[in-house]
Amino acid sequence: MEHYLSIFIKTIFIENMALSFFLGMCTFLAVSKKVSTAIGLGVAVVVVLGLAVPANQIIYQAILAPGALDSLMGITDPKESIDLSFLSFITFIGVIAALVQILEMILDKYFPALYQALGIFLPLITVNCAIFGAVSFMVAKNLTLGESVVYGIGSGVGWMLAIVLMAGLREKMKYSDVPDGLKGLGITFITAGLMAFGFLSFGGISL
Amino acid sequence: MSLDTKKVLFGPVVDNNPIALQVLGVCSALAVTSSMANALVMTIAVMLVTAFSNFFISIIRNQIPSSVRIIVQMAIIASLVIVVDQVLKAFSYQLSKELSVFIGLIITNCIVMGRAEAFAMKEKPGVSFLDGIGNGLGYGAVLLVVAFFRELFGFGTFFGIEVLQLTQNGGWYQGNGLLVLPFSSFFIIGLIIWAIRQWKPEQVEKD
Repeated sequence: MEHYLSIFIKTIFIENMALSFFLGMCTFLAVSKKVSTAIGLGVAVVVVLGLAVPANQIIYQAILAPGALDSLMGITDPKESIDLSFLSFITFIGVIAALVQILEMILDKYFPALYQALGIFLPLITVNCAIFGAVSFMVAKNLTLGESVVYGIGSGVGWMLAIVLMAGLREKMKYSDVPDGLKGLGITFITAGLMAFGFLSFGGISL
Repeated sequence: MSLDTKKVLFGPVVDNNPIALQVLGVCSALAVTSSMANALVMTIAVMLVTAFSNFFISIIRNQIPSSVRIIVQMAIIASLVIVVDQVLKAFSYQLSKELSVFIGLIITNCIVMGRAEAFAMKEKPGVSFLDGIGNGLGYGAVLLVVAFFRELFGFGTFFGIEVLQLTQNGGWYQGNGLLVLPFSSFFIIGLIIWAIRQWKPEQVEKD
């Protein structure tokens, strides 16, 4: 239990997807004008990450990992071992796209209210690099299924935290006098830099 | 070279820069700019993938049903990225280790998707190819400027060649620790945006 809790805290604060790895930046900068939309998108990212990371973990370990298909195909000679890991990118992106599509249909049928709230953000998430990044990190870190569930949800919560904070700052920033050339995107970049600076201080925590 | 071709090819460098104006492809711009060599490899990879994905998508643009177009685009982009990744692993293993997940993340780099969606679905293959090269150039221009500052003032080197001799090597230059950290690229990109908008005031955002 402690092990999972430490992964959870670590992915939220120390290895924050948005502010330590700079993943999902396109949407982070583009959809952070209002707190309410930021929360909607954040929740959608948490749900998709929580499903996509474990789903891809199962597929990777069962099919794509070097040697995973050997027992199934009855291969014993290590020279003939099957390594499909070069197919991982295309598989992951396919699984993520399919998952988002299925989630959209389920929400539409059974939770219309939630679907109305998240509607426009769901398709956007397929191309959010935070999802693909978390899946790639899952492979690089060689996580087990349990760990990958916690990792997925944790990195989603971390990303949501970052975008909600950013939206809060940008709402306040409307009232400040920013030089013309820096208005909008420019000052958003600099704010994000300062936030990343702040999150750097969590790096000192060892779990 | 006709005026139109020139506009498609060099327009994205300053007038319609993918990072500074379209807010696309920011993720990798932050993480891979610690050295000129990394930035250059990343630029070439993104340029090739964008150009060829634009080209192929444009060829089959009339055959793609609009309901599944995202998946079709993803499949083409992912296949191209796999090729780039395998080539890098074969010829420059050290670099591919350094860039780690960021080569895979080209798939979700919004520049590639964004141009496929906004340009290649409507235009002829030849022009789409040039648009891909042009956007790759615009992306690369920002990446290389950021990497230039970070490498020169952070490590005192330029493409790995020592320019400013660091104090720990017996020289006079004290390396700037801030620029070694990835989030310093937020500040540099913010300042680049400011500079471009001072030069081209029509890009300033209204609120």
